[in-house]
Amino acid sequence: MTLALIAKIILVVAIFVLTLAVAAYSTYLERKVAAFLQDRLGPDRAGPWGLLQPLADGVKMFTKEEFIPAASEKFLFILGPGLFILTALMTSAVIPWGPALVIAGEVIALQVADIDIGVLYVLGVVSVGVYGIMIGGWASNNKYSLLGAVRASSQMISYELAMGISVITIVMITGSLSLNEIVGQQAQGTWNVLKQPLGFLIFLVCAFAETNRAPFDLPECETELVGGYHTEYSSMKLGLFLFAEYMNMFISSAMIATLYFGGWHFPYMDKLGLGPNTLAFLGFTVFFLKIVFFIFFYMWVRWTLPRFRYDQLMHLGWKVLIPLALLNMLATGAFSLLF
Amino acid sequence: MNTPSSYLPIIIQLLVALGFVITTLVASHLIGPKRKGNKKDEAFECGIDGVGNARVPFSIKYFMTAILFVLFDVEVVFFYPYAVNFKEMGWHGFAAVSIFVGFFLIGFAYVYKRGALEWDK
Amino acid sequence: MQYIFYTLAFFAILCALFVVFEKNPVHSVLYLILTFFSIAGIYVLLNAQFLFIVQLIVYSGAIMVLFLFVLMLLNLNKDTEPQKSVIFKTAGAIAAGSFLLVLVAVLKDTQQSTELSAMTDIGLVKQLGKTLFTKFVVPFEVASILFLAAMVGSVLLGKKELY
Repeated sequence: MTLALIAKIILVVAIFVLTLAVAAYSTYLERKVAAFLQDRLGPDRAGPWGLLQPLADGVKMFTKEEFIPAASEKFLFILGPGLFILTALMTSAVIPWGPALVIAGEVIALQVADIDIGVLYVLGVVSVGVYGIMIGGWASNNKYSLLGAVRASSQMISYELAMGISVITIVMITGSLSLNEIVGQQAQGTWNVLKQPLGFLIFLVCAFAETNRAPFDLPECETELVGGYHTEYSSMKLGLFLFAEYMNMFISSAMIATLYFGGWHFPYMDKLGLGPNTLAFLGFTVFFLKIVFFIFFYMWVRWTLPRFRYDQLMHLGWKVLIPLALLNMLATGAFSLLF
Repeated sequence: MNTPSSYLPIIIQLLVALGFVITTLVASHLIGPKRKGNKKDEAFECGIDGVGNARVPFSIKYFMTAILFVLFDVEVVFFYPYAVNFKEMGWHGFAAVSIFVGFFLIGFAYVYKRGALEWDK
Repeated sequence: MQYIFYTLAFFAILCALFVVFEKNPVHSVLYLILTFFSIAGIYVLLNAQFLFIVQLIVYSGAIMVLFLFVLMLLNLNKDTEPQKSVIFKTAGAIAAGSFLLVLVAVLKDTQQSTELSAMTDIGLVKQLGKTLFTKFVVPFEVASILFLAAMVGSVLLGKKELY
């Protein structure tokens, strides 16, 4: 019990540090990718190839003036970004990061909490994430912030529906809500993306909208709304908002990889004849590479596609994705019952 | 696997995350400079003097979206207990869910027809 | 286990009290969300995992968003709540009091199981689905008609000015 508990605590802290590191270096990667796509150099001053840029940004964020508008609700103004990043940090708890380790005869799962309702847990925490933005934007008492917050929350709740329905097909195939089980079945058979290509596309689009990333970054589109819900924020509170966005990107990439691309599984994994610990290491590395690919994909899309208009965004979410996801669910059901 | 104790690690994670959030907010509060001013503490409105505050009503469409979201969300949640039992239920369960989805789609068609999902009008 | 329950219960009641006594309606809603969270925690202790997640997704994630939207739609420029007349106050007190009476009467007659039924499996998604789709399939379908009615009603109310 104690060993398991200590292992859990180490795992929680390790994943926490990993999330922070990935989020920090995503900001660096974002600028490098943007620079590459636009034929520029990108950050190259702080350290070799600008590798220390995230650290420099962090120091800058901490030493900036903390600005709180006089007309704002002070407590809620501070609570907003805190809540937003808290939910972003909580999502990673149910993701299986690799095959189980075996240390001194004890099996240690590389997953913080293997609960039966893993998929629903993620959806639940994501649905609570709306509050950070709503509270922050409303408490600022600024019209741009309010508009940004209302837009963001409408967008997030709209795409949550289609996302939920597209996940249901995965649950139907697997017969379980546990992410561990979903990955395990993909390791036994084929990756879900081959069985559910349409469901994957719907999930992908919804993941972009849920994380407020381009082409769905309307809540903070600088050309209309200055900065959207974080217009009035400065210092580390702004930092937390931006940081949480990158964390969400990381977690949603991990979710895409887990649900549709076999998680830590790679082909011929069980035929290599390696020990469990080597396999765990390899599996984690493969999983991480998949995540990095999807993070890169997010950025690729951001610097390629123009932004949607708000009516187009709502149209896509409600009139296209929801019916499509429902039909996909029914078709999957009928199809797998027939054959 | 199925007992409440498997939720314990989530509490550990919550504590770690809370610790991080509070530390960052307090640290940035202590480190950063603070200068107050009447003009400066106004809400940003593109450099001109602010008009009123942001406690203004906004479009009812957002409100409609939220209502429809609540209804749809409850329906979607009902699908999960079915999806988990999908294989054992067979055609019997599928028929039950199809009727449910049928009513769902009738409602959706009505909402669509009445233009509650129109944003460009 | 018991201590966790008492902590959660205490927290839930405390937040519920704040919901009532808080002057600012937005703060009230936020306390209500906290109340729902602690109730969700109690569901976990009862091993009612599906109820836990429904509480999180539907109540905390959906209905409270709607509440916040409504409050933001209202003109909150004047922070003060309009003073209710004495008649309304007494009517509210009587209604709440009779509800409490009914609750107490119902709870008095139920058999109290001596142990917290933490080890039952009925709250798990799989078992719940089996029961829902075999024994309670008719109420389930009726619920969908209820949703239909709710959708029609909300659209009619919301789009009134256009037709």
